[in-house]
Amino acid sequence: MLCHRVIPCLDVANGRVVKGTNFIDLVDEGDPPELAERYAREGADELVFLDITAAPEGRGTLLDIVERTARRAFIPLTVGGGVRHVNEMRDVLRAGADKVSLNTAAVADPDLIKRCARRFGRQAVVVAIDAKRRTDLPAGSPVAWEVYVRGGRLATGFDALDWAARAATLGAGELLVTSIDRDGTRSGFDTDLLRAISDRVTVPLVASGGAAGPADFVAAVREGHADAVLAASIFHRRMHSIAGVKAAMAAAGIPVRLDEGAAA
Amino acid sequence: MTAPGPAARPPRIGVVDYGAGNLVSIGQALQAVGADVVLAHRPEALAGLDGLIVPGVGAAAPAMNRLRRRRLLEPVLAWLADDRPFLGICLGLQLLFEGSDEDGARTFGLISGRTSLLEGAPRLPHIGWNQVEVLRDHPLFDGISPQANFYFVHSYAGVPEGPEAGGMALAETEHGGRFVSAVARGRMAGVQFHPERSGRDGLRMIGNFVRSLGDTGASRELVAAGTGAR
Repeated sequence: MLCHRVIPCLDVANGRVVKGTNFIDLVDEGDPPELAERYAREGADELVFLDITAAPEGRGTLLDIVERTARRAFIPLTVGGGVRHVNEMRDVLRAGADKVSLNTAAVADPDLIKRCARRFGRQAVVVAIDAKRRTDLPAGSPVAWEVYVRGGRLATGFDALDWAARAATLGAGELLVTSIDRDGTRSGFDTDLLRAISDRVTVPLVASGGAAGPADFVAAVREGHADAVLAASIFHRRMHSIAGVKAAMAAAGIPVRLDEGAAA
Repeated sequence: MTAPGPAARPPRIGVVDYGAGNLVSIGQALQAVGADVVLAHRPEALAGLDGLIVPGVGAAAPAMNRLRRRRLLEPVLAWLADDRPFLGICLGLQLLFEGSDEDGARTFGLISGRTSLLEGAPRLPHIGWNQVEVLRDHPLFDGISPQANFYFVHSYAGVPEGPEAGGMALAETEHGGRFVSAVARGRMAGVQFHPERSGRDGLRMIGNFVRSLGDTGASRELVAAGTGAR
């Protein structure tokens, strides 16, 4: 049986892991390769680096930390943030990443998904979708979500379900779905959003945005039909361990990879 | 990593570089277990190697074209014909079969059968950690649990056929249906998963491959040190 994955996400700015609110008041939380290695040791199934600086002058720094991470953490690494061209994706993969996550650039130029998939295979192309519940619909309308870009600040008018289906058709090998309403709130995943997208596509879905504790990971899989679950702050701040989350998932009957040697 | 004495020499492993994806991780995993890594992008680079790895993800036809264009196809086939130590990873395993349903490409033809879409899979691509059930003893799996999890990322897999099929399969995995996730015959082996991305057990497997190359001086010692370090 394929295991459901637990994925710590590291926000990276200027070569450091940072945490802040709405990209301000960033607090330095350490060296990305060092944290990546710690998470690998603790049983992470995969890692995501999200480059939140994504300014052209920061690219060299990002490639350097990807390379240093690939040297130390022998688990898959996805890198997102600021990739707009096939050649930029090539550079990130050459540095040692396994997948690249496209977000704003894919919305602006959906054909980018196709070009990247054709060049590197769809397994290397993740499309990240930041979605927010629509509140502008008449009462009684079915629930719907809109896609936002630029770090959740710009509405696109795209329906999240339609965009997810289109991204998968264009060549996304995986979707990383974040609920903007829940992100950073620690109030649980938007399992309605996850399930609506998961049931619409056949590619794997990674749930993101809102994790507070192990029960949310179980809900993301059980109710949200997610294949993998991503979280940031609860791991960085050591509120919960990866092993603890996986133990709860296993207890709920969800297949997970229990690494016997992993440090709790 | 430097060899301790003049007689000792780390095993030299060639990683065939035909422009198909992530060579960094396999190179770094090999270095972590104490091997010398040679990125083989020209036929001459295969001289003096102790073992050969063909990595890669993606489709067969572009891979075959690139191997031909770089004049690597002939030397790789000659290496396999001599039954020299070989490990195919993901696409590197699929190429050992006769052809691929993905794009109709004709491939090496060393294993009877074709590469086909995973049947009955609930989700494709098959991405993530899945159990590799080992069917028989093999040095590649030394010290690894017979139900260990390894990292997969693929939609197609080789299906061994004919009288040899049973002897060829080394491990199986389930994703919707069961498929062959590792093969071995003589000194040729192939795995559908990515040991270079499969944590401790993956590194152990790469160490096992390096160790199986025989005594090249200090290889044994280096491999032990490499796997222990992590």
